[in-house]
Amino acid sequence: MNNYIEIKNLYKIFGNNATEALSLVKEGISKEELLEKTNCVLGLNNINLDIRKGKIHVIMGLSGSGKSTLIRHLNRLIEPTFGEVMINGVNVLKLSNKELLEYRQKNMSMVFQKFALFPHKTVLENINYGLMVQKIKEEIYLEKSQFWLKRVGLEGYDNYYPNQLSGGMQQRVGLARALATDAEILLMDEAFSALDPLIRAEMQDVLIDLQLELKKTIVFITHDLDEALKIGERISILRDGSVVQDDSPQKIILNPADDYVSDFIKDINRSRVIKAKSIMTKSISIKKETVPIIDGEMVLEEVLQQITKTNHYFVLVKDSKNKIIGKITLKELLKGIQRPRQEIKKYA
Amino acid sequence: MEWLIKFPEMDRDGLREFKKTVDNAFTSFSRNYGEGIENFFDPLLSFLIAFEKLFLNTPWPITIFAILSICWLASRSILIVAGTFLSFLLIGYFGMWEDTMSTLAIILVATLLCICIGIPIGIAMARSNKVQTLILPILDVMQTIPSFVYLIPVVMLLGIGKVPGLIAVCIYAIPPIVRLTNLGIRLVDKDILEAAESFGANYWQKLLGVQIPLALPTIFAGVNQTIMMALAMVVIASMIGVQGLGLPVLRAISNQYLALGLMNGLAIVVLAIIFDRVTQRIGKRMQKYKSD
Repeated sequence: MNNYIEIKNLYKIFGNNATEALSLVKEGISKEELLEKTNCVLGLNNINLDIRKGKIHVIMGLSGSGKSTLIRHLNRLIEPTFGEVMINGVNVLKLSNKELLEYRQKNMSMVFQKFALFPHKTVLENINYGLMVQKIKEEIYLEKSQFWLKRVGLEGYDNYYPNQLSGGMQQRVGLARALATDAEILLMDEAFSALDPLIRAEMQDVLIDLQLELKKTIVFITHDLDEALKIGERISILRDGSVVQDDSPQKIILNPADDYVSDFIKDINRSRVIKAKSIMTKSISIKKETVPIIDGEMVLEEVLQQITKTNHYFVLVKDSKNKIIGKITLKELLKGIQRPRQEIKKYA
Repeated sequence: MEWLIKFPEMDRDGLREFKKTVDNAFTSFSRNYGEGIENFFDPLLSFLIAFEKLFLNTPWPITIFAILSICWLASRSILIVAGTFLSFLLIGYFGMWEDTMSTLAIILVATLLCICIGIPIGIAMARSNKVQTLILPILDVMQTIPSFVYLIPVVMLLGIGKVPGLIAVCIYAIPPIVRLTNLGIRLVDKDILEAAESFGANYWQKLLGVQIPLALPTIFAGVNQTIMMALAMVVIASMIGVQGLGLPVLRAISNQYLALGLMNGLAIVVLAIIFDRVTQRIGKRMQKYKSD
């Protein structure tokens, strides 16, 4: 398949007696019991995850759910207790130290929550750090880092030091530093969480815009659902070190796997997230000239606007090739916007 | 009940034998190996002598000009340069020029030696907790043991002269630079180190490209402290044959010459202040990237 990164049966246990603790975890002991019995902390519990090439895969969870631990297993900043991480057919956990360094240099780069720029290096020196580590010739890397400096919109800031820049600008440098190595995989550890909301939205747009062109495999960690829905092409929800649900954003909202996930999504604005094609009834037979036809990618809020402009009680849905693929009635539309009943019971 | 009043000590003969054994063992050690060890330090001696000669034989206007230039390049402060100029004029006028040059030479050589030995030790300590647990108590001993005590074996081994003096100064002055190098490297932000690692930097790339540059202000505080302690030790080291400002101070103590003691003592103070201000300025300028 198109799976670029495959994580299989991955366990991480922090503590001195990890091997003993591992067998207990495999028997199904809970996190609290494990801590009490062996003084070990369960970081990741049997993670199985496939990440596709060229997509933005969001890993979401509250703090302590193990998402930062998980992402650090991909470049082995943290060593696992048990399991396998295959990236493009290479088992990352079997690499020797030397191979690992080269792997990190060529195949993946990382953007950090607190930017983690080198304070003693200028913006340009920061951007070319990854290339300098690879001992690439200076004239080549200077050209490349100049290109990325421009690409993230920081032209002219070459010789500034990181602390002379605002948070948003600093993270642009962080992004440029990660992109400059041309690595296929981009790991983003809560990359925008430290920014204020307006700048965060702006950076999300920068990322989406870059991704349209670059088609990198991006693993994006966040605790912010709105962010996950905005940029994620697939979302994995993590809780206490296990994956609770791994699905497309639309499916996560429409079919949450358990109470934890429903709890997570209860406050989002459904009409702005759910797309027309997710709630339509599939049918291709109907064809009426007067009925408005809308794009399947349209969110429900916009569909509502279209419907209220006319006197009809339903709209037709077309796909990107202008083919009619289904219809949505007003009732279906309102149902889609409404929170699922079980939740209303629970939180009323 | 006598054992409660009087501490149950080793009997006299035993104690005498014990001291004798230790003394004899060390005497025979120094007889057998003293010459070899002395030869080992010969390059150091020639270096020190060459340095001292350079200072003493250069015409004083050139020396002053060189010192002032270094002060300016290091501190970029007119005030410090003017103060240094005035101080050296006064030192020369009161007849302490040659002693000051000798002291300057030994301080500079001692500091260089401490940097060359101390920084690698500090780096090793920062890299491994085991090395740190091993070295820290040794540093504690070096800093607290009365300096007269380790003068004894040094003199027994190497006799009286410049090299034993230099070694005594270094033993006294090296702990701060080792400690602060270790501390500076350990204090480097873990996130930044992780970033370097994520780009595949190896140990040396991390050390030379990230850890040492970020630790440099702290390391420099260590250099500053090392120089200060070396200056403090110069007077004591003059007891075992180190030339310079310490010697007249020693003479002044034994003969109760108030003026001589004060003049030379103040010259040491002046040197200390100049060294301190200049090195502090360098340390501050290293952190330029922190301010905007």
